[in-house]
Amino acid sequence: MTDQQVHPDEALETEVTRAALDSVHLEGLEIQSLTQWQLARRKFFQHRLAMTALVILTVVAVAALFADYIAPYPFDAPNVPDRSLAPTFEGFHIFGTDKIGRDYFSRTLYGTRTSLYVAFIVASVSTFLGIVIGGIAGYYGGKVDNLLMRMTDLFLVVPFLAVLLVLSAFLGAGNPVRVAFILAVLFWTGLARIVRGEFLGLREKEFVEAAKVLGASDSRIIFRHILPNTVGPIIVNATLIVATAILVEAALSFLGFGIQPPFPALGKLISDGQDSLTTQWWLATFPGLTIVLIALCINFIGDGLRDALDPKQRIR
Amino acid sequence: MTEPVLAIRDLVVEFDTQDGVVHAVDGVSYEVYPGETLGVVGESGSGKSVTVLAALGLIQMPPGRIARGQVLYKGRDIVGLPIDELRKIRNKEIAMIFQDPMTSLNPVFTVGNQIAEALLAHNDNMSSDQARAESVGLLDMVGVPNPDRRFDQYPHEYSGGMRQRAMIAMAMANKPSVLIADEPTTALDVTIQAQVLEVMKVAAEETGAATIMITHDLGVVAEMADRISVMYGGKVVETGTVEDLYHSPRHPYTLGLMMSLPRITGDLTRLLPIPGNPPSLISRPPGCSFHPRCRMSEGRELCRTVVPELAEVSEKHFSACHFWDEVADEVLREAAATGMSAREGRLD
Amino acid sequence: MGTFIARRLLYSIPVLIAASFLVFFGMSLVTDPLSQLRLIPNMSQDTLQNIIDRKHLDDPIFIQYAFWVKDMFFNGFGSTAIGNKPIWPDLQRAIGNTLQLVLISELIAIVLAVILGVLSAKKQYSIFDYTTTTISFFGFSVPIFWFALVLQALATTFFLRTGIRLFYTFGQSSLNAANPFLDRVQHMVLPIVTLAYVNVATYSRYQRASMLDVLHSDYIRTARAKGLSERTVTMKHALRNALIPIVTVAALNFGAVLGGAVITETIFAWPGMGKFFIDSLIRGEVHTLMAWLMVTAVAVILANLVADIIYGLLDPRIRYD
Repeated sequence: MTDQQVHPDEALETEVTRAALDSVHLEGLEIQSLTQWQLARRKFFQHRLAMTALVILTVVAVAALFADYIAPYPFDAPNVPDRSLAPTFEGFHIFGTDKIGRDYFSRTLYGTRTSLYVAFIVASVSTFLGIVIGGIAGYYGGKVDNLLMRMTDLFLVVPFLAVLLVLSAFLGAGNPVRVAFILAVLFWTGLARIVRGEFLGLREKEFVEAAKVLGASDSRIIFRHILPNTVGPIIVNATLIVATAILVEAALSFLGFGIQPPFPALGKLISDGQDSLTTQWWLATFPGLTIVLIALCINFIGDGLRDALDPKQRIR
Repeated sequence: MTEPVLAIRDLVVEFDTQDGVVHAVDGVSYEVYPGETLGVVGESGSGKSVTVLAALGLIQMPPGRIARGQVLYKGRDIVGLPIDELRKIRNKEIAMIFQDPMTSLNPVFTVGNQIAEALLAHNDNMSSDQARAESVGLLDMVGVPNPDRRFDQYPHEYSGGMRQRAMIAMAMANKPSVLIADEPTTALDVTIQAQVLEVMKVAAEETGAATIMITHDLGVVAEMADRISVMYGGKVVETGTVEDLYHSPRHPYTLGLMMSLPRITGDLTRLLPIPGNPPSLISRPPGCSFHPRCRMSEGRELCRTVVPELAEVSEKHFSACHFWDEVADEVLREAAATGMSAREGRLD
Repeated sequence: MGTFIARRLLYSIPVLIAASFLVFFGMSLVTDPLSQLRLIPNMSQDTLQNIIDRKHLDDPIFIQYAFWVKDMFFNGFGSTAIGNKPIWPDLQRAIGNTLQLVLISELIAIVLAVILGVLSAKKQYSIFDYTTTTISFFGFSVPIFWFALVLQALATTFFLRTGIRLFYTFGQSSLNAANPFLDRVQHMVLPIVTLAYVNVATYSRYQRASMLDVLHSDYIRTARAKGLSERTVTMKHALRNALIPIVTVAALNFGAVLGGAVITETIFAWPGMGKFFIDSLIRGEVHTLMAWLMVTAVAVILANLVADIIYGLLDPRIRYD
């Protein structure tokens, strides 16, 4: 008998999975299984909120990317006759204009482009660093591991935002690429911890042992056997980094320590509107709503990805 | 003949999942009489655990639901009872022991607290001192040494066997009429299993409780049970006394189970596995759900189209096979195939 | 227990030393506390030299660090480079002010999050669950500074329209307030709501996840099989287990917020640690920044220790020896 120690619920689950995998039920024995990726993709596409969010985010991202062609006005051109207009369709100032007549829709569009650009760099760089450092620490252990854990301990002791502020105050931020790298320097630690944990666990698994016995090289084991199994958590985490990076960059720019003129930034737009909250409400409102929209979309996508790729870690 | 203390009649339990409706239990009937032990045997996914969990309302609803059938406790249908009524039955009338005593006890409360709680839940007038005294007595009964000290310890301070003894103490706290043990020894070391089974047996005898022993371990069943129900694909496929099922099975699945057992006496050198996999519970094969794995069904239209009902083989012995009368011959053939000495078509 | 606490505190000393030295070293490299003074025309060389001598700015970095350590222990973190103003009194006031905000907002956040998380988990997939889930997704998608501005705008608009002062949007107290306590409350509400909102969103998601996890565990099934009421199952068996993760999350966050309610305090002009930090940063005062860092780091370490102690109280499997 093949029965092992299976909890009834688990037994039911395997039954369900098996049924899902079983495309030829009637023949009974022939099993054609979907690959893990096909299953994950199907699960993600079924996540309606995540799909809606993906569509909205794509539209926003494309509009921002082509801001040069889509924006009705230049980012920084004052136009005094049109100053302090509330949102209006006249002249297509749908987000209104500021004290010197700059069109806030165009400014928001360009700001969005900067935000997404920064967030993309942050996610790429910190994911790369996180995988490399976390992977080495988890696979080889020893000194690298110790060093990594002590370093993340240090970061835990000092509030994250404070470190960022100090860094950007003294390294001099201002330009989007610099801000992105300053953020990335801090963001990789979280992912490194996750990758380290996954590697530590997988290192002891039978299939890795088997590969070792067969004489596979370290790099082959890492890239062929371990890394593919950690892709789920990595993708989910990278997605959430994008959302966090957008929020943190906006906060830095708002406080005046992030992206600075002449570069457009949503956080700066909001702080420009801060003084006239009650008289020119639109100045702070629309850039703020844009940030909320983008972050919300990314968080929903992250949630959908987590469901599809990393069902163990349902937190949010 | 006496009335059964617990009878399950044509129970159907379904779960809604993303991939469709899972028919976990598909028309199960069995009953247990006072003082008797019924063994329920089957693979994982056969629905043996879900049947009893659903009977006590312990499955999540939704996604689960009891689509049809009755659960008669002393003649009264308890399906669909309001939760407060059902609660009075749990533990007081029908108590359960679960598979893994490690995870089945709450790690953050003392063992004594968790036993006393069962007493207090069903005895409004009991003081906590009384509950403690009784719980200590229960721990003593199931063979936990130093029960007074052990009362105040947490589950992680108990060994696996001791934890399962504590679970038995908890189940017997209110002297239930039915004790359901769901794979009670699966998670335990082999050396501990026999002791725990013995404790269960004694506990059931002392309180006169009927026992339902759910397991995949045919050895445990042979040891403990008076009668056996074999489940496959959410259905009971054969019911009979231990004698009937071990020596003259009348369903090819039961036969397969027996053939897959290692035997000490026989000169059999290899075990015979049952070919194929358990059926999908979402889209079940039409007709007899065992037919894709059954050699006897080859070329038979009936097996592929008509769901077999339980038919009476002899008194107390029922089989859900269209061709149960051929199984005896199959036994001989199987025996011949493996070179086992076959005496009068019996397996032993 | 005593040895556990002592050991944990001992272990944190090297972390503190490393963090303080790294930050001290890094900041001394990139900042010049005298930069603003140097910009002033006709600044006397003597004044500058006085400051350099007093702060040992010409000495090697290790010597400077040693002097700083001495100041920290014996002089209440010493004094500012410019103006020679003692640091400790200001810092003390800032700690007090921040504690008021953080303690209250954390308390509100935790209580609310536990209630919401437990109810969401108990009624998984209900309208209530979907609503709280959506609101909490907004919670971690809204930039905290923008949320604060919206609150300010609403409060101000309300005041302008009705003439009734419900909440103040700026500072800590008004001059000549008739009822100082009420006045303080009116000043505190908006920053507290801001801080609590984001934390409720995060905590309640953790609480919901851990509650769901616990509700599906075997011992909950055992508790139900015992015939306990659903109330006992939830409030006794499930809640105690489900509280364990949130304790850790909240404690970690508590330490961080203590030093870093930077945004909230800046927007509402609340004279706490965050504002202290930003002001020091803008002035380039290494010594006040260092003082801030030490207090914050110690707060984080203590918060972690408290988390571990509560953890041990909730879960008997954790033993300290």
